[in-house]
Amino acid sequence: METRVLIMQLAYLLSAVLFILGLKRLSHPDTARGGNRLAAISMLIAVVATLVGEQIMTWQWIVGGVLTGTVIGGFMARFVKMTAMPQMVGLFNGLGGLASGLVAAAEYLRYTHEKVVEGGVVVSDVPLDGSISIMLGTLIGAVTLSGSFVAFGKLQGIVTEKAVKYPGQQVLNAILFLGILATMAYLTLVTPEAIAAADTGTVNIVYYALWGAAILLGVLLVIPIGGADMPVVVSLLNSYSGLAASAAGFVLDNNVLIISGALVGASGLILTRIMCKAMNRSLANVIFGSFGQVAGKELIKGEKRTMADVNDVQPDDVAMLLAYAKQVVIVPGYGLAVAQAQHKLRELCDNLENRGVTVKYVVHPVAGRMPGHMNVLLAEANVPYNQLYEPEDVNPDIANVDACLVVGANDVVNPAARDEPASDLYGMPIIEVDRAKHAVVMKRSLNPGFAGLDNELFYGRNTMMLFGDAGDSIGRILEELKQL
Amino acid sequence: MSGTILISVYVFVLAMFVGFEVITKVPPTLHTPLMSGSNAISGISIVGALVIAGMGEGTLFNIIGLVAVIAATINVVGGFMVTDRMLQMFRRDTDTN
Repeated sequence: METRVLIMQLAYLLSAVLFILGLKRLSHPDTARGGNRLAAISMLIAVVATLVGEQIMTWQWIVGGVLTGTVIGGFMARFVKMTAMPQMVGLFNGLGGLASGLVAAAEYLRYTHEKVVEGGVVVSDVPLDGSISIMLGTLIGAVTLSGSFVAFGKLQGIVTEKAVKYPGQQVLNAILFLGILATMAYLTLVTPEAIAAADTGTVNIVYYALWGAAILLGVLLVIPIGGADMPVVVSLLNSYSGLAASAAGFVLDNNVLIISGALVGASGLILTRIMCKAMNRSLANVIFGSFGQVAGKELIKGEKRTMADVNDVQPDDVAMLLAYAKQVVIVPGYGLAVAQAQHKLRELCDNLENRGVTVKYVVHPVAGRMPGHMNVLLAEANVPYNQLYEPEDVNPDIANVDACLVVGANDVVNPAARDEPASDLYGMPIIEVDRAKHAVVMKRSLNPGFAGLDNELFYGRNTMMLFGDAGDSIGRILEELKQL
Repeated sequence: MSGTILISVYVFVLAMFVGFEVITKVPPTLHTPLMSGSNAISGISIVGALVIAGMGEGTLFNIIGLVAVIAATINVVGGFMVTDRMLQMFRRDTDTN
């Protein structure tokens, strides 16, 4: 082995080890920042090793690409709003998938664009397994690309957040998928012959068609998934982007790609599983299910509820309740982030703590638009992470809590998930605020939540409804509190 | 099936297990940074992209290489930077004031 290739390979090994150590550190709040930096350094090592170890003939495309990517990526990372984090991660996922897919494409086209001559005879040098890696890399890369872009569009509001369903959808997807598999098999078998015959026009066209079909498949797979399930989809696509990198590693026979891709693939799968568990649904149910899609579904208990059944309160009532409480639990939902009310909420909690009230934030795993999203939004508002609790930490003692303040959350506090086997939410772990002494629900209106289901909590005897924009409501409660 | 690909499959499977072991106990608080950080790591395809962009095999490959390098670099640089930005906001109660 040539010395510089050896050095490159050793640098790759170092890089793979540092990725693992970096990820390990990412799993604790105190070491996470260092872990992320370690992973970044490790990436730099891999890049430098490649530039030194590989035969680089032209530099202008590399320099131009890296500069452009750095400016765009750096700009986005610096200025993205924390509320928009899910769609940005989705977009980055898609770009990672694109890069991996293009690596496979370049490898394929390199074979079909050149004839290898040995002793004057044109021969094929596409090994069968290499070709399978190329096909898999293309498929996973393209599906990650288009699936992530649709998820981005849904989260950004460009594509409808609703689940798009039509008759025969799953049959169509199955046919498309089988067609793609058949095309992959065809190309794997026929490409070597085509190269041998120096007639690669057809296989190239078929290969481009494979790209088109795989991109279409990614779109069709994500389009039927509703907004409420986006945390699962983003996690799953995160896993795909890792697998795409691994596939590119198989194509190039490069271990650092295979290892880092597998790490990301595993991480994404773990998060997907956690998200599914938090919603008490199987992955298959998220992808193929028809969650919250039953048209005109009425309250399961029977009669249609109206405003007359609601205990409608004013900010001063809430201020009074909170000021004389011992224990207050805050249940933040995505509505809080939409109203940009995190900072005001934090001020409210500071005021309560100064009065000697114990305040806990309880974050449901699916509270935001991606796993852990609400935690980031609260961290941005200076809420210390050790004040954040998980539902199972507070549910056992929730009957002793004087007031639960539900801000912009809905489905995660819906008692139907516990009580109504007929409900689509049934079995999902919830925060049982209906069992607390008082529940205060801040909401714009009685409209159903993301899942499109009514919520019995709003009509409960211990429930106070405070209607209006969450930011305004919190501000007014705070003013009342200051006067008490 | 050739020997190299079999070794690659070994590496892949073992790395998946390492990934599961390392990440299983990550607390929910860090799920978003974990995802954006690992997402940046998946930009490792940049290694392959650089090779394509630098091999000088004609316009088609230059364009594919350029697009791949740009996409992977956005993924890598943006991913690590935004993760850092998020993580610097996380603090404990004791750090207050």
